Amino acid sequence: MEERHLTCINCPMGCALTVTLDNGEVVSVTGNTCKRGEIYGRKEVTNPTRIVTSTVAVDGGKDAVVAVKTASDIPKGKMFDIVNALKGVRVKSPVHIGDVIVKDVCGTGVDIIATRED
Amino acid sequence: MENYDLVIVGGGPAGLAAAISARKEGIQSILVLERDDRLGGILNQCIHNGFGLHTFNEELTGPEYAGRFITQLLDEKIEYRLNTMVMDISHDRVVTAMNSRDGMFQIQAKAVVLAMGCRERSRGALNIPGYRPAGIYTAGCAQRLVNMEGQMPGKKVVILGSGDIGLIMARRMTLEGAKVEVVAELMPYSGGLKRNIVQCLDDFGIPLKLSHTVVNIEGKKRVEAVTIAEVGPDRKPVPGTEERYECDTLLLSCGLLPENELSKACGVELSRVTNGPVVNDSLETSVPGVFACGNVLHVHDLVDFVSMEAKNAGHYAAAFIKNGEETGERIIDMVCDGKVRYTVPQMIRPDDMEETLTVRFRVANVYKNASIVVKAAGKELVRRKKQIMAPGEMEQVVLKKADLASADRVDIGIEEA
Repeated sequence: MEERHLTCINCPMGCALTVTLDNGEVVSVTGNTCKRGEIYGRKEVTNPTRIVTSTVAVDGGKDAVVAVKTASDIPKGKMFDIVNALKGVRVKSPVHIGDVIVKDVCGTGVDIIATRED
Repeated sequence: MENYDLVIVGGGPAGLAAAISARKEGIQSILVLERDDRLGGILNQCIHNGFGLHTFNEELTGPEYAGRFITQLLDEKIEYRLNTMVMDISHDRVVTAMNSRDGMFQIQAKAVVLAMGCRERSRGALNIPGYRPAGIYTAGCAQRLVNMEGQMPGKKVVILGSGDIGLIMARRMTLEGAKVEVVAELMPYSGGLKRNIVQCLDDFGIPLKLSHTVVNIEGKKRVEAVTIAEVGPDRKPVPGTEERYECDTLLLSCGLLPENELSKACGVELSRVTNGPVVNDSLETSVPGVFACGNVLHVHDLVDFVSMEAKNAGHYAAAFIKNGEETGERIIDMVCDGKVRYTVPQMIRPDDMEETLTVRFRVANVYKNASIVVKAAGKELVRRKKQIMAPGEMEQVVLKKADLASADRVDIGIEEA
């Protein structure tokens, strides 16, 4: 049995959650005040994901960089790989919100898309 | 002199939503004045996601959220001028502005919406001791450098204040290769959203030290080290608790101040609690026909609420343009008990208000299992128990016109169990 300690993010309560795992299977979530805490606790220990937002260099635009994000959430452990993969990327103006900047970033199956006009 | 029905000062989220709302109410002659070179305001540099859950039921980044409103503004063919600085608004609503194309110009407006937003509390306003070297930035300034100009302000960072922008920048700079040593917060609780503390600090192992402040900055040309210390209940540093961090950058995320120089010059009465205009239930300031919304009125934590408030301001400004000034109305005050620090609006016209009114407010401390209680004319109008309330999270109650008919004031407070 393994115990993981988390802070729930759903509201300012910030309940201190204890998630008990047995061979990677969630056995129990305790410390939560409401159902949302349990759902968060289960997901966060089995499959934590994040949206990554960053910038890439843009030539001929108004700004030096254009804002981008992963089109959907990616495994939390890949955050640094993705930001580093964007370091050498340069695009040309015009860029529009929703344009695909990098396809299938770091083998996640998720595209990097532009989030700002430039 | 030019003439417009409605002049909106500021093209950020508040100004955009107010303009679109007024247009939908039939106001044809609208002009938005924006000092930046684009619409969207500070959202353009807020490239993180989490905006729009209430408005669009999805999580957008700042520029995407702004983009949705800018598209609507363009579709409605609402006029706007960029790179344009408003210099003055007179009591009778003559707006004086200038830009490099038109020089100085004046506009007579039937109504004005103030939507200038806010700015960050700077080092000068914080009285931090120590040298004054390069490398000290407000969090929002660092955000602009990284997210728009593609420049990293430093490599080893200490952050004072746990406001959301500081937390967001802790993550952003960490992902870009900087080492964020510590976030120090003067108060015993964070002013930032729980989600940001977990996803911006805990995810990266960045310590958050509550009840701590900066007591020294070293370095003559560039920041070389920052010393923080614990503070007691009186918020004064406790000798012997100092910790020194070698670093090249200090970010300040210590609160936002509504930007009301224009309002003041116009004669608008300001609240000493919010630093924004005092408004009635139609978001009208003490100057007839001048309305306010968004962060210039009071600092919000979610842009969705800015948009909702600004939509109302546009609606009320449109009504003022169509119906003219309402005279002889009765005005009653919203009275806060101190645990509720302030409300917006601060005043209600019980005879002229709409059927329901959303009152937004902040509490002064962290309250657990306490109730929001609203009373008027000897009657309890609202009693709502909350598991938790915190100064960093805006609260709201909805009041009904029918309940206020015979009230001479409305009392709002927090009752602890």
